Amino acid sequence: MNDIVLPVLWAVLGGAIRVGTPFLFVSLGECLTEQSGRINLGLEGVLVLSSMAAFGGAYLSGSAWAGVALAMVAGALLAGVHGVLCGLRRVNDIAMGIAVMMLGTGLAFYLGKPLIQPQAPTLQPIVLGGASSSAQLQAALSINPLFPIGVVIALALAWLLANTRWGLIVRMVGDSSDAARAQGISVNRVRTSTTMAGGAIAGLGGASLTLFYPGSWNELLSSGQGLIAIALVIFARWRPLACLWASLLFGGAGALGPALQSVGINSAYYLFNAVPYALTLLILILACTPHRRLQGAPSELSVQR
Amino acid sequence: MEHKQWNRRQWIQTTGAAGASLVAGAWPLGAQAQSPITIGVIYVGPRDDYGYNQAHAEATAKLKKMPGIKVVEEENVPETQAVQKTMQGMISQDGATLLFPTSFGYFDPHMIAIAGKNPNVRFSHCGGLWTAGKHPTNTGSYFGYIDEGQYLNGVIAGHMSKSKKIGFVAAKPIPQVLRNINAFTLGARSVDPKITTTVIFTGDWSMPVKEAEATNSLADQGVDVFTMHVDGPKVVIETAAKRGKFVCGYHANQSKLAPAAYLTGAEWNWSSAMNSIIDAARTGKPHPNFVRGGLKAGFIKPSPYGSMVPEAARKNADAIKAKMVADQFDIFAGELKDNTGKVVIPRGQAFKQTAIELESMNYLIEGVIGKI
Amino acid sequence: MSPRTLAAIEAAALPILAVAAALLAFGLFAAWGGYPPLEVWRLLFVGAFGDAFSWQNSLQRAAPLMLTALCVAIPAQAGLMVIGGEGALVVGALATAAMPYLLAVPAGIAGTGLLLVAAILGGAAFGALIGAMRQWRGVNETISGLLLAYLVINLFKHVVEGPMRDPASLNKPSTRPLEESLLIGTLPGMDVHWGLVWGVIACAAASLWLLLTTHGFATRVVGGNPRAAGLVGLPAHRLVITACALGGAAAGLAGGFEVAAVHTAANASVISGLGYAGILVSFVARHQPLAIIPVAIVLGGFGAAGSLLQRRLGMPDASVQVLLGFAFVLILAAEVGRGRLRWPGSRSRSAA
Repeated sequence: MNDIVLPVLWAVLGGAIRVGTPFLFVSLGECLTEQSGRINLGLEGVLVLSSMAAFGGAYLSGSAWAGVALAMVAGALLAGVHGVLCGLRRVNDIAMGIAVMMLGTGLAFYLGKPLIQPQAPTLQPIVLGGASSSAQLQAALSINPLFPIGVVIALALAWLLANTRWGLIVRMVGDSSDAARAQGISVNRVRTSTTMAGGAIAGLGGASLTLFYPGSWNELLSSGQGLIAIALVIFARWRPLACLWASLLFGGAGALGPALQSVGINSAYYLFNAVPYALTLLILILACTPHRRLQGAPSELSVQR
Repeated sequence: MEHKQWNRRQWIQTTGAAGASLVAGAWPLGAQAQSPITIGVIYVGPRDDYGYNQAHAEATAKLKKMPGIKVVEEENVPETQAVQKTMQGMISQDGATLLFPTSFGYFDPHMIAIAGKNPNVRFSHCGGLWTAGKHPTNTGSYFGYIDEGQYLNGVIAGHMSKSKKIGFVAAKPIPQVLRNINAFTLGARSVDPKITTTVIFTGDWSMPVKEAEATNSLADQGVDVFTMHVDGPKVVIETAAKRGKFVCGYHANQSKLAPAAYLTGAEWNWSSAMNSIIDAARTGKPHPNFVRGGLKAGFIKPSPYGSMVPEAARKNADAIKAKMVADQFDIFAGELKDNTGKVVIPRGQAFKQTAIELESMNYLIEGVIGKI
Repeated sequence: MSPRTLAAIEAAALPILAVAAALLAFGLFAAWGGYPPLEVWRLLFVGAFGDAFSWQNSLQRAAPLMLTALCVAIPAQAGLMVIGGEGALVVGALATAAMPYLLAVPAGIAGTGLLLVAAILGGAAFGALIGAMRQWRGVNETISGLLLAYLVINLFKHVVEGPMRDPASLNKPSTRPLEESLLIGTLPGMDVHWGLVWGVIACAAASLWLLLTTHGFATRVVGGNPRAAGLVGLPAHRLVITACALGGAAAGLAGGFEVAAVHTAANASVISGLGYAGILVSFVARHQPLAIIPVAIVLGGFGAAGSLLQRRLGMPDASVQVLLGFAFVLILAAEVGRGRLRWPGSRSRSAA
């Protein structure tokens, strides 16, 4: 029994971080954006564009970290398009998000054509389990160097939103734009800046995909990961730390299928592929209540009425 | 408008000696004449995926340099109505008279449907099982016995594996994939019968994150030599190399991606297959409907050995390769059991590569860990 | 001119101007990449609407989009943002292919009708589930629709490549192909299947339902102002779930056509993003069912033209996506100009 349970457990644990890291960044970026009362479905496009930009940046400059920086810039710029245009009268943020998703993936695929074949320098893992004798443990503890950054961002966001003047302003804009305006706060400026910052954070998720895991650029790389990460924000009730757990849970669930197959349990691999979605949906159904608004949801969000 | 183009370029539609008559009205084609031709090539993914599509794109790039040949290409064409429109567009808008729709999923119903509407255009599909009487005569399929390459991969893997566990990352359990998994395993077990192959099916032809995860999971289980059957092997090769494991390539030469990990590989060489089909079209010979070949015909070739492959392993693999080329080697020969213990090829029976039974393989042989 | 006429002119003029601006921007973008912009524009037109073949190509691509767009548009009338149309399409496709496994389907048109009814019911069930989760459990429909779509796509692949797989489908795992007599052919004299007609009928019917029936009106009231709907005693739950079911039914029908008119069997190729493209169409059409028809045709045209751009100029296949991205962003941004025609410069801009 142990020769099945333990390896699978380690693989899932390692997989949670490997697979979950892009979800972490995108969900944190979306969490910040939504805290200010705006939805950005365009983060899927941000994820794709920034992963291309990260790879291109690393390829051209020869430095993986330069790629990471470029990913953040690309993410912030594309999200900025969303941020600015959604500030215009009558412009619907959900629709614009889908438009930005289209534009981002289109630009990424177009500009990324020459990047499918080459190799770029990738980020070096942080090896925590070097002393361990178990290969599985070593692998599980070779950590994506961006992951700790994600944890720090999650902690920082949680603290900043709860305890600082800046956090209060963001939340006020998200809960009642009228109240914020009465305080002389420019709602548009706040939302545009959180949207751009959210884009930059999501850009780190893109960098994680092309510069660490799987570590190359390809048009099917994201396949909707950004959209799922956006869904995880609702699941996490707009709490940055919960985004961390949700991403790890989702990542781990995604790693379960291959891990089981590697120990010989490989009928129904499609069903294992479906596990993360089923799990998220199930928890959502259980956690939601019919008569109340979702706890923690910023009132200005257009999905909340 | 379409009809005018057909009249300008009339091709023989039917096969066989009886069919060698030209439809009246067009200028006659001399049997030896190399008339100019427009060829359409359609890919399901990107042309530079280091894999299935790139193998075709490399052959197509050579075609483009040949005189009298004009090539139109389209990549990332989904296996839907879209590919039907692309085929018809290549015919009506670009005047193509020979099409190479290269993805498995293009064959039925898409290519068959368009072929029925364009009896004077030739269609040559990669991988399909063209059947006389069932499919139109202006269509056909070509494919290579790449399991020979995977057997040789397995031989090298068998020499290199220390853990005696080798891994195969596969897309879907279809016959062509199963044949490769089995050949790889047989090759490795010819070196050491204790070796086992663990298979992971990702469920799709290109899923980078799943492929990376599959490779990692196998590495966690102690697998130390990998190969794969997915459209773009890049992710598996890079991930295996990062884990310090060896890897055998597939589809194209991927040694550049991981020179220290790349042992050898099973590569396509589509030029000879495509050229024979094109020559037939240009000289008005009957359309080759069923084209198959392996190492001997030059349809496939092994990648050059990596520097870490020892002399003994090279010699062993080269000797088997020589036998394959000389038609003295059957990969699938009895007695062969599947991994549930059932005899799938009885003692004394051996399948030649041309055997049609092998094209509908539906079992994993003994030594493969996995279910289908 | 009456304000109504002006508003109508404006409603048509703004998106057309936006598309023109997008074409201009795309031309410049192409020129930046070294492609001749004049030739790009010419091929875009020729590829989409240049001759009979191009028209049929565009119409064929438009047909499924009309139906999947309705999957967004109808729930949107009830105030819901359902983006899981791909899932409804897949369920419809599976239902169609599964019928011959479940019962003896009569040959000919009656059998085809039965298959399409199954597709409609399957899609409707999928849509209703999203609506029900939203109304009864408070689960956000955008998210649940998306998750449910990914879920059923994997279930679909499991079923068609596992229990329902036809052993004869060797290298392309599929269900048993439908019998010849059940397949849906093309329109007389055209190379476009009957799905186009049904798409147009569905859009027209949805439009009539919304504008002329009490039920449609009540749905719009629920979507526009749920509180008011509650005050006048409208059965919001039932209306919302019905709208979701109708939307799902449309996308399910699209799945039925994909199987019965295109693929002849259910397999993974059915999943090709038609549901997601429908989202785009519906948003550009502002969720107005009648407007979906021309928008779907234009979008289909861009797809057709993209094919030609690739073959003639060697432009990347993503060119069309870039163009669509430009167009979609600009069309939505052009909303800001709404109302300007009526009261030039007089209305103060709200800060929101």
